[in-house]
Amino acid sequence: MALSEPVLDEGVVRLQGGRVDLVVVAEMVAPGSRVLDVGAGDGELLELLATTRGCDARGIELSREGVNAGVARGLAVVQGDADVDLAHYPDDAFDYVILSQTLQATRRPRWVLEQMLRIGRRAVVSFPNFGHWRSRLDLMVNGRMPVTDNMPMSWYETPNIHFCTIRDFVALAELLDARIERAVALDSSGHRVRVNMPWWVWNLLGEQAVFLLTRKG
Amino acid sequence: MTSFVQQDVALQDSAGASVLQARREADDPHSPVARFGARNPLKLDAGVELSHLQIAYQTYGEPNAARSNAILVCHALTGDQHAASLNPVTGKPGWWETLVGPGKPIDTERFYVICANVLGGCMGTTGPASTNPLTGQPYGLDMPVVTIRDMVNAQAMLLDHLGIDKLLCVAGGSMGGMQVLQWAASYPERVFSALPIATGARHSAQNIAFHEVGRQAVMADPDWRGGRYLAEGVTPHRGLAVARMAAHITYMSDQSLHNKFGRRLQNRDMPTFGFDADFQVESYLRHQGESFVQRFDPNSYLYVTRAMDYFDLAADHGGVLANAFRGSKTRFCVVSFTSDWLFPTEDSRAIVHALNASGANVSFTEIDSDKGHDAFLLHEPELTAITRGFLDSAARAFGLPAARQA
Repeated sequence: MALSEPVLDEGVVRLQGGRVDLVVVAEMVAPGSRVLDVGAGDGELLELLATTRGCDARGIELSREGVNAGVARGLAVVQGDADVDLAHYPDDAFDYVILSQTLQATRRPRWVLEQMLRIGRRAVVSFPNFGHWRSRLDLMVNGRMPVTDNMPMSWYETPNIHFCTIRDFVALAELLDARIERAVALDSSGHRVRVNMPWWVWNLLGEQAVFLLTRKG
Repeated sequence: MTSFVQQDVALQDSAGASVLQARREADDPHSPVARFGARNPLKLDAGVELSHLQIAYQTYGEPNAARSNAILVCHALTGDQHAASLNPVTGKPGWWETLVGPGKPIDTERFYVICANVLGGCMGTTGPASTNPLTGQPYGLDMPVVTIRDMVNAQAMLLDHLGIDKLLCVAGGSMGGMQVLQWAASYPERVFSALPIATGARHSAQNIAFHEVGRQAVMADPDWRGGRYLAEGVTPHRGLAVARMAAHITYMSDQSLHNKFGRRLQNRDMPTFGFDADFQVESYLRHQGESFVQRFDPNSYLYVTRAMDYFDLAADHGGVLANAFRGSKTRFCVVSFTSDWLFPTEDSRAIVHALNASGANVSFTEIDSDKGHDAFLLHEPELTAITRGFLDSAARAFGLPAARQA
C-alpha cells in the first residue's frame, strides 16, 4: 500500500484558514477535474476546489440552509439526499466524487460508496475515526459514547448513525474491490500522522482519516 | 409615453374604460413592437403558419458593445411584458419589480433585460384579441392553438430582431419557467444560464383539471358567444372572473389564505345567512376576479392555459426528460417553494434529476415559504440572494465585468 507524503505544507494549510481535512481532500484532486461533492455543506470545499484547483465542482447537500448559502455564493449545489439521489447520476459522470465528513451520517454507507465509485472513477472520503484512542478510552473507562471536537454531539442528537474506524473503512474498501491510492490520517490537532507508522498506530492516533479510492478495472 | 400612462391611470376610474384600454393594447400596445410581415411567418406546433406576427416587448438597461449582457425574462400565465415598468392598463408597478431593476439581482444597470408578451397573449403580441390583418376582425377562435414551444420560437424571432445572439440568462416563474426549460431544450447554444422558478417540465393532471374548470367557466358565460364576443361588443366577464377566482386559490397556500383572512367577516359582525360575500376571503376573491376581467382577454385565457396544459418536455424527447438537455452546456438554477401545491418541489426535483442524468451544471434549492405558488412574485429574501449569486457567477463565467460593490 502506497502511503503518500503531504503535498501542501502545514503553513499553506494554515493560510487557507479552513478545515485542514478539506485542504487534504483538495490536494488529492487533480487540477481541472470534474468533481461532485456529496454533502457539500455551505460549499466551502467546492469554493476551495474551484478557486485553487480550477475544478468544475458541483455539490449535493441535504440542508436547505446549506444549499441556499452555496447557491448565493455562485456555486452549483443541488438540494438532495445522498442516500437516494446518487442513483440519478449516470456512470462516469465525474472524475472524482467526494464525501467529506458525511459517510457516518448516511443511512446506507456501503451503497453510497458503491454509487460514488460508479459515478466517478475516483472517490475521496474523509471521516472521523471512531478507533481513535480517545474514543476507545471514553468507552472503556467511562462507558460513555465519546464526544470530541470532530464528533461534538451526544449520541441522542447526533446526525451520525454509522461510525467506523480506519480499519473498518479499509475492510469496506476491500469488500467493494476499490484500490486505496492514498490515505492520510490527521491527529487531534489537525497534523498528519507520520506516514511510516503501521496501520494500528494510524487507527489509534488518527482522529480523522482521508482516503483516495480508485475503482479497479 | 408618460402622458399615455397618466391618461390610462385616469381611465381606471371606470372599469368599462379599462376594458377598452386593454382591448387597444392588444393591437397597439404602450411598448415597442416587433412586426414580422407575411414573408416571415412562424411555424406553429399545430402545423400551420402564422404570418403578420407581432411581438410586444419591453427592455430595461442597455446592451453592452458585445451584446453579451442580455437576460430574457419570461412572464407567467396572466403576466405581460411590463416586468419592471408601470402597467398601462392597471397603472400598477411591473410584476417582477422584486427582482428586476437598478441594483436588484436582475440588475438593469449591468444587464440588458428583455421581456416580451407571449404569443397568444393580449398585451400587444399576436393573440385571439388581436386584429387579424387578413380579415380586419379579431382572431377570436380563428387563432391557431399555440404551445410553449411556439411562444419560445416567437421570442427567438424577437431576439434575432434585437440582434441578440446569445442570452446570459433566461429567467421566469411558473409558465415563465416552462419557457425557460423550453429555451434550454430548443436553443441550448443561445442560453448560457437558465433560472426556472416554481415550475415543472410538464403540466400535471391536477393542473390541467384546474385550467379546465376555468375554461369551462369562460365558455359557459352566455356573453362568450362561441368566442365571437369582441365582434358582438360584449365580454364574458362573469365567466372569466370565476376562472380567475378558482385559479387564484391555487396560487396561494392554505396557510397564506388563513394568515390573510382566516374566517373573518367582511364589514359585519354577524353572517347574513345569505350569499353575499360575508367572509373577507370571498370578497377578496371577487375583487381579484373583477380586476382581472378589466385587463385580460377571455379568449387569451383559453389559449394560454391550453399552451400550459400541452407542455410536456419529456414527451417531446422520447419520454425521457434527460434527453431534452443532453450535452447541454447551460448552467441551471432550479428553485421551488415549500408551500407551492401548483408546482410542488417534486416537479422541480424531476427536472433536477433529468439535468443530473444529462450531466448538466445544475443548482437546485427549495425555499421555505408559506406564500404558495405566488411566492416567486413576492419579496422572498432567499430568492433574492440566490438569484443574485447565480447571476453574478454566470456573468463572471460569461466574461462580463464584476458587479460594482455597493
